[in-house]
Amino acid sequence: MHELSITQEILNIALDKAKEAEANRVLQINLVIGEISSVVDDCVQYYFDFISKDTIAHGAKLNFRRIPLQVKCRICGHEFSPSGEHWKCPVCQQWDAEIIGGNEFYMESIEVE
Amino acid sequence: MKITVLQNIMNANDQLAERNLAILNRNGVLAVNVMSSPGAGKTTLILETIRRLRNRVRIGVIEADVASTIDADKIALESVPVVQINTGGQCHIDANMVSNALERIPLKDIQLLLIENVGNLICPADFKIGVQKNIMLLSVPEGDDKPFKYPLMFTTVDAVIVSKIDYLPLSDFNLDQFRQTVEGMNRKARIFSLSARTGEGFEAWVSWLESVLKDFSGGKGSGGDQRKTD
Repeated sequence: MHELSITQEILNIALDKAKEAEANRVLQINLVIGEISSVVDDCVQYYFDFISKDTIAHGAKLNFRRIPLQVKCRICGHEFSPSGEHWKCPVCQQWDAEIIGGNEFYMESIEVE
Repeated sequence: MKITVLQNIMNANDQLAERNLAILNRNGVLAVNVMSSPGAGKTTLILETIRRLRNRVRIGVIEADVASTIDADKIALESVPVVQINTGGQCHIDANMVSNALERIPLKDIQLLLIENVGNLICPADFKIGVQKNIMLLSVPEGDDKPFKYPLMFTTVDAVIVSKIDYLPLSDFNLDQFRQTVEGMNRKARIFSLSARTGEGFEAWVSWLESVLKDFSGGKGSGGDQRKTD
């Protein structure tokens, strides 16, 4: 459970950016979260509604874009999405995979007015 | 109006982590972040490591728990400097907590700082704390399928220690298969298997730690927290 500290950070970044743009209200916050980043969407929105009270971001909707886990085979270079215990490369059958996607966690953009 | 942000959510924590790392490097202290599930044997590993290295290496410890000072009390009995962090419900330690703890540890007097994270295989993987090495333990009773369930943890550490191998005869834990799984996910990770109770395999871990320390003191490696969060 670390959604509260993460949500605080999301609010801070959104408020900073909104202030820079001299906005009056933050309407939406677009986040990109990799499949293996451990963040629970509902939880973040819940905390956000709570801690954003008295800020211009209160009522903002958080949109989460999930990125699936993607790995690259170090032997043949094939890129694929492993699932469960299937990390073996479907092309060369070797098991030497490097994660190339799915661990993202960043704010893509905000909608303000 | 849409504003492009493209900012890592963990940015503030990551910056503090870099500051911690700089402080450690400046003081010539090698710090190791020890992570695992609750009960995998982090405290026991630290205690036994202290006992085996204390004549050659000056060690300090940061103990983190949600509550209590049980572990710090055990470490203090070994007469090494120890600082307790109570996270007050938080499931991991972050760079800020470590930053505060560093102010209370006599960095000038130690060469190796062992930091016991909160028992959890999920959250600590997301929070850099600013150390040179990240390691994890997985105890035999937990089962050999855990890398698939907690890939972020297993793919970001520098060493994986299979602990409690004295339980292997009672378990269907397949050590060879586990090694293959971890090697296939994380090429840089060194894998050790040991039992603090019987002492089996412990020396390999301690000599690796000493060699890392030697490289670090020789100025060859202070690579830093290479774990990716973005």
